[in-house]
Amino acid sequence: MTDRLPGFSTLAVHAGAQPDPTTGARVTPIYQTTSFVFNDADHAASLFGLQAFGNIYTRIGNPTTAVLEERIAALEGGTAALAVASGHAAQVVVLQQLLMPGDEFIAARKLYGGSINQFTHAFKSFGWNVAWADPDDIASFERAVTPRTKAIFIESIANPAGSITDIEPIAEVARKAGVPLIVDNTLATPYLIRPIDHGADIVVHSLTKFLGGHGNSLGGIIVDGGTFDWSKDNKYPMLSEPRPEYHGIRIQETFGNFAFAIACRVLGLRDLGPALSPFNAFMILTGIETLPLRMQKHCENAKAVAEFLAGHSAVASVNYAGLASDKYNKLARKYAPKGAGAVFTFSLRGGYDAGVNLVSNLKLFSHLANVGDTRSLVIHPASTTHSQLDDAAKVRSGAAPDVVRLSIGIEDKEDLIADLEQALGA
Amino acid sequence: MNHDAYDDNYIRGILNSVKSIAMVGASPVNVRPSYFAFKYLAQRGYDMIPVNPGHVGKSLLGKPFVASLADIGHPVDMIDIFRNSSHIMPVVDEALTLSPPPKVIWMQLGARDDAAAEKAEAAGLKVVMNRCPKIEYGRLSSEISWMGVNSRTLSSKRAPIPTQGMRLSLNRMSVGGGATAASDRAAKNKSEPT
Repeated sequence: MTDRLPGFSTLAVHAGAQPDPTTGARVTPIYQTTSFVFNDADHAASLFGLQAFGNIYTRIGNPTTAVLEERIAALEGGTAALAVASGHAAQVVVLQQLLMPGDEFIAARKLYGGSINQFTHAFKSFGWNVAWADPDDIASFERAVTPRTKAIFIESIANPAGSITDIEPIAEVARKAGVPLIVDNTLATPYLIRPIDHGADIVVHSLTKFLGGHGNSLGGIIVDGGTFDWSKDNKYPMLSEPRPEYHGIRIQETFGNFAFAIACRVLGLRDLGPALSPFNAFMILTGIETLPLRMQKHCENAKAVAEFLAGHSAVASVNYAGLASDKYNKLARKYAPKGAGAVFTFSLRGGYDAGVNLVSNLKLFSHLANVGDTRSLVIHPASTTHSQLDDAAKVRSGAAPDVVRLSIGIEDKEDLIADLEQALGA
Repeated sequence: MNHDAYDDNYIRGILNSVKSIAMVGASPVNVRPSYFAFKYLAQRGYDMIPVNPGHVGKSLLGKPFVASLADIGHPVDMIDIFRNSSHIMPVVDEALTLSPPPKVIWMQLGARDDAAAEKAEAAGLKVVMNRCPKIEYGRLSSEISWMGVNSRTLSSKRAPIPTQGMRLSLNRMSVGGGATAASDRAAKNKSEPT
C-alpha cells in the first residue's frame, strides 16, 4: 500500500478515531466510566508500572479522551498529547514537569489576563518565578535568561488584541538557552498556525475556544512536539531521573520522543488531578470535525467587521492583524496566511464610557468572558478579564480603558456589522 | 539509507515479516524496559529469545537465557539490541558470523551506531536504530493511541480487541509517510555533532 499525506481537513475528521471494536459504532463513543477492569493481576501490575498500553482510571486516561488527544497531536504535528480539564490546568501540568521551586520561566507580556494572574500570583506560591518579556522586542527575551530559566512561554496570536508573535526568533532564543519554547496556540488553532513547524517544543490550548468552538465545554490540552532533548545536563529531573513511584524508570529513556506527554500524564495529571470529562472530550471532538470550515468563516467575518470599524467615525483605532495597515500584518502574512484569527480589539473616541455604552447597546453580540464561540462576543477587558491589572499593566497588555474586544462568530457578517452600526450610533 | 527518519512501510515490513527475535541485553528484572518490551513482543506472537550471559540458567517468561547469539542454535529473523551505542558493534560482528545471518538488526531507543549499521547493510541486512519495536508495533496497530500518542495512521475499519498472543494488523494508512517532521528534524540535529 502507498502512503499518501492526508490533508488537514481529513485529519480533523479522522485522526485518532476508528469504529468501536465492540459495537462498530462509527462515531467515537462516550466512555462515561471512572474505571476499567483488568484481565488479571499481572495485567493490572503491568498497567500500573507503565509497562503495557491500556486503561486504568479516567483520571489517568480514557478512550474517548484518547481520541481527542491523538487528533490534536496529529493536527499540530506533535508526537503525543494530553487532554486536561481546562487551558489553565494545561499550564500548571506543563510547568510542574519543568520547574522546581526557585526556578524561573520567561513569559510574553501580551497574554490572556487569566494567564497573567496565574503566573504572577498562583505560581508564586509554588516558587515558580515568572520574568516578563516584550513579544515585540526579541532582545528582551534574551536579556531575561538566567541559569534558573527553565522555559519560555508565548501566545501565537496574543490576547486580547490579536497581535501576532514572531515565533521563530523567540524559538532561537529558547534553543540557545537550552530550554523548551511553550506556545499557547488557542486563538490561532493549528488550522491557522502550527507552532511546532516554527520551532516550538510544546503547544498548549484552551480547547474551550475555537477548537471546541461552540461555547459548550471546557477543556485544555498539552501537545508534545517531540523535539526537545530532556536528558541534557540533568536540567529536567522529572524526565531524566529515575522515578521512585514507577520502580525507578526514567521517563525520557523509556518513552523517547513522546516522553514529555507521558510525564504530564503519569506525573502531572495523575497526581494533580485535573482530568477532562469524557463527555466534554466528545463535545470538543465533534467541534473539531468542522474546525477548518469554522475558522475560515470566523476569519472572513472578522476581516469584514474590522474593515467596517476602521471606517467608522466613532472608532479611534482598530487592532486587527488581518488589516493591511496593521502593525502585525507582515507577521500575519508569514505565520497565518489563511487568516489572522477572529479575536481583536478596537478603541472608541469616547473612551471608557463609550466602551461601556457600546457593550450595553449591542443586540446580537453577547457580553461575556469567553472567545472562540460560534456566536459573536464582546467584552470590555479593562473592567473584566484584565481588571486585576493596574492601569500601566493594562496598557502594556493591550487592554487600555478605551479598548473593546470582539470575538467574531460565524453568523452572517452583514448582521454583525448592522448590530455594531446601530450600537455605535445609539 | 537515512536513519534519522523511517518510512512507516519500512518498519511495517519488518514487523510483519519477522517471526523470531533474539533480544540481546534482555533483563529478568521486571521493571526494566527490556523486560517489558520482551513481554509485549512475546504477547503479540513473536518467538522471543533472551540473550544475556549474566543470566544463563534462568529463564524469562518461560524462555531460557542463552549466553550469546551463537548459542541460540537455530536461525533467528531479527536481533534486537538492548545495549548502549558503544556496545553495538561487537553484537553486529557476531550476528554477521551466524549462518544464516539474521534479516534485521534493530537497535533500541537511544542506541545508534552508524558504522555498525553500514556494516550490517553491506551484508544485506535491514537496520533500524534508535527505535523501540514495542512502541512501533503499538503505534502502527494504533494500540498505543490509548496513551494519547500520535500513531500517524488512520483507519475506517473496526478496531480489533487486543488479546494475549494476538497479532494486530499493522496495515493502516500512514499519515505523512510515518514522519513527524519536527521530531525527526530534532533527532537529526541531535545526531549531528555541532
